[in-house]
Amino acid sequence: MRMVSIQTEDFSIEHETNQLRVSTPEAGGIATFTGLVSDLNREQKIESLFLEHYPGMTEKQLEQIVDQAEQRWKLLGTRIIHRVGLLHPQDQIVFVGVSSRHRKDCFEACQFIMDYLKTHATIWKKESSEQQSEWLDARESDKAEEQKWK
Amino acid sequence: MQVLYFASIREQLGLEAEQIEFSADTSNVQALIAYLCSIHDERWSEALGDPNLLVSVNQELSSLDTGLTGTDEVAFFPPVTGG
Repeated sequence: MRMVSIQTEDFSIEHETNQLRVSTPEAGGIATFTGLVSDLNREQKIESLFLEHYPGMTEKQLEQIVDQAEQRWKLLGTRIIHRVGLLHPQDQIVFVGVSSRHRKDCFEACQFIMDYLKTHATIWKKESSEQQSEWLDARESDKAEEQKWK
Repeated sequence: MQVLYFASIREQLGLEAEQIEFSADTSNVQALIAYLCSIHDERWSEALGDPNLLVSVNQELSSLDTGLTGTDEVAFFPPVTGG
């Protein structure tokens, strides 16, 4: 059971976790990660974040990431939501939830999906502070996290 | 073929998408970039000459030597920053 959604609407962590729980009754656990808009980046106070993506390709890439995760771990359910559009500090950006029989599979697959999502999904962030608006550069540290799984 | 631009590249060019007639000049990604630079102003050579530029063909990450046909969807964009 998997679900991938790119959407402007907010999501409910409780609803998503429940969906995983009821749709995979044989699961022994669920691991989730929720990414938020931080109010500070490089010492600058963030006013808003605009997220753009490549419709079609983003979904395809997320499906491929779930395919890879399913080859590495025994997963029962996966739900990925990524928001796009205009967001503000403390808003939820991304949700990854994984259910499996064992916690190790849940934890590792959840982290793997997030690390790959950050370096592969065709999504871009533009950050606005009081001083300026700029497209963010890809971080070397994110690339390093992804490389750990090779 | 359909050519798409995203994020900072789209803003730099002031263009989201354009339709390009397929020809011998657009038979692979590298040739297409050269062709686009020849029909547009210097913003194209600047944006498409960026060493960090990424390209996809039919929504799969591709490289400069990827071959093209008239029905392909080609997109240019910067490194991704989601999550």
